[in-house]
Amino acid sequence: MPETLFQKVWNAHTVRTLPSGQTQLFVGLHLIHEVTSPQAFDMLRQHGWSVRFPERTFATVDHIVPTTRRTRPFFDLMAEEMTGALERNCRQYGISLYSAEDANQGIVHVIGPELGITQPGMTIACGDSHTSTHGALGAIAFGIGTSQVRDVLASQCLALDPLKVRRIDVDGRLAPGVYAKDVILTIIRKLGVHGGVGYAYEYGGSAIDAMSVEERMTVCNMSIEGGARAGYVNPDDTTFAFLRGRRFAPPDDAFDRAVRWWRQIATDPAASYHDRVALRADDIGPTVTWGINPSQSVGIHEPIDAPADDEAFAFMGFAPGARVEGTPIDVAFIGSCTNGRISDLEEAARLVRGRRVSPRVKALVVPGSQAVSREAERRGLHQTFIDAGFEWRGAGCSMCLGMNTDRLEGRQICASSSNRNFKGRQGSPTGRTLLMSPAMVAAAAIAGEVVDVRPMLAGVPARSGADPAGAGKVSHGR
Amino acid sequence: MAADRSETGAGAVVRAAGTGLPLRGHDIDTDRIMPARFLRAVSFEGLEGHLFEDDRGADPAHPFNDPRYARATILVVNANFGCGSSREHAPQGLVRRGFTALIGESFSEIFAGNSAMLGMPCFVASASDVNRLQALIEASPETPIEARVDAGTAVAGALAIPIALPPAVRDAFLSGQWNPTAMLLDRYDEVRAVAARLPYIAGY
Ligand code: SF4
Repeated sequence: MPETLFQKVWNAHTVRTLPSGQTQLFVGLHLIHEVTSPQAFDMLRQHGWSVRFPERTFATVDHIVPTTRRTRPFFDLMAEEMTGALERNCRQYGISLYSAEDANQGIVHVIGPELGITQPGMTIACGDSHTSTHGALGAIAFGIGTSQVRDVLASQCLALDPLKVRRIDVDGRLAPGVYAKDVILTIIRKLGVHGGVGYAYEYGGSAIDAMSVEERMTVCNMSIEGGARAGYVNPDDTTFAFLRGRRFAPPDDAFDRAVRWWRQIATDPAASYHDRVALRADDIGPTVTWGINPSQSVGIHEPIDAPADDEAFAFMGFAPGARVEGTPIDVAFIGSCTNGRISDLEEAARLVRGRRVSPRVKALVVPGSQAVSREAERRGLHQTFIDAGFEWRGAGCSMCLGMNTDRLEGRQICASSSNRNFKGRQGSPTGRTLLMSPAMVAAAAIAGEVVDVRPMLAGVPARSGADPAGAGKVSHGR
Repeated sequence: MAADRSETGAGAVVRAAGTGLPLRGHDIDTDRIMPARFLRAVSFEGLEGHLFEDDRGADPAHPFNDPRYARATILVVNANFGCGSSREHAPQGLVRRGFTALIGESFSEIFAGNSAMLGMPCFVASASDVNRLQALIEASPETPIEARVDAGTAVAGALAIPIALPPAVRDAFLSGQWNPTAMLLDRYDEVRAVAARLPYIAGY
């Protein structure tokens, strides 16, 4: 019987049906970071359990790690304590760790694909809701809670109920100045923040097929913002080209054998879905959020047409029918696991080159990983940003969640390339977030207000060395 | 610990026995049980020292300050205990302090669920029975109490009261299936077999 990738991967990893009726699912890759793992290790010790598959677990520091001064001990004592705890735990249990000083450190969802640790057909779990990102390579990847982190450490398994699969087709071509971020914001706007509850989203169609793996990561990353626990794209030649030669990708002959399996686990052409949704890529324009959840967005020239949400309007200071376009911003943030990869920085830098950040805007670029940072520096992008007036930071989550010292203050408004515009998300309880593509953030930083990126792109030279398949393949030089 | 369960977390929980600590009051939320500032930490270790820290500071006569209850293992509470934040730090603190069971008029669902995952049953009894039990402990703190999952009764000196758990929770405790991790570790050869078949583990 024809099956979806989700069903095939689920079945291949099923151990048994538990007495509770849930499925015991083997987890092929466990990613951990400094913030949601310490209590899990503590519970492990409390029960006297070990880590069953330490070689299938990788750790890094990203959430609280400072992006300014990185000398140890960190000036932020909590960051030091959490990092130190992760270092001790990884040492004790024999887990590979890319700590703050390591050349491979970065946001957990950036480094997995970058190092080729993330591969098609895997089940992946991480104590972070944006684990769905890894689905861009054809993996089934879930965000989990701390008790489940403990379960995976102790048993390399999870007790889960299967998900339904919704196929989302995006056909057509994205116009210049319209990006993967606009696609996923539009999908969430259409289906709502709870629309994906109980589902995995399978993204396909000619617009998704045409995307680079990095762009697919942006789409899959925000699946969870639409309520879907997982999102994925079937592996194809783009995926294989992306993976070939990466540090943990299968070498030589094994790679070709791997490709054969990866092709097999992709969704069969005749597979049926629990639900289908279709969008036209040509209809999508630059999109910005105006509210306090990621479904509350509009096209850049559209008035806010949402049904009355007094809380969102009051918090954000918008009136129904108003436009986000022209809203002055205080902060511009380019980074995060949604849009902190090399292609994002390249596109933003292309726009910024030869221009200046508005004097009223504090603008920062936080690369998603140290490898992204190195590659950007090799291409000279960092200088472009610095010359324009951006701060150039070390790798981490930074102002995506404001857990380190990068935070909004008071009611500041931030144009952000991240994924959550919840109240207080960026570190100030009254701070406001407008989600948009990194190019739109760059445009807003320069204009000092939210603008359509497209006129600014006119006359800007085409992207230079951007080769989508090779983007971010930094450890090998090019 | 007084409950019949092994330290590895596996095994049935059939009974809890020991002396009691009566904590009177309705709607005691998890912020009072474990104030939020103790969540900014990397470990559950030492949480037992922060149980009711703010309440204890404000009230020297708080039962958690009372040396007569220092060795108690059964916490007797009133209605809607453990409401509010879902923090697992609250039951973790109680378990670490040595509690093995709670008896109360009612519990927040999340709190009871978190407690069950730690092997600590939250038994429900009628308001009048809970009050009688609290009064008895207050009068003679040394009274031994036995709370039985299988029989559904708690006996304290001359007092015997019915206590209940949701049927699925009761079954899970009696069969030893109350701990998801233990279940996942059961029949581990099957896990290894699945892993060995996966192409990316077998080297493609
Ligand atoms: S960048 Fe933001 S969303 Fe991504 S892992 Fe870090 S905190 Fe979470």
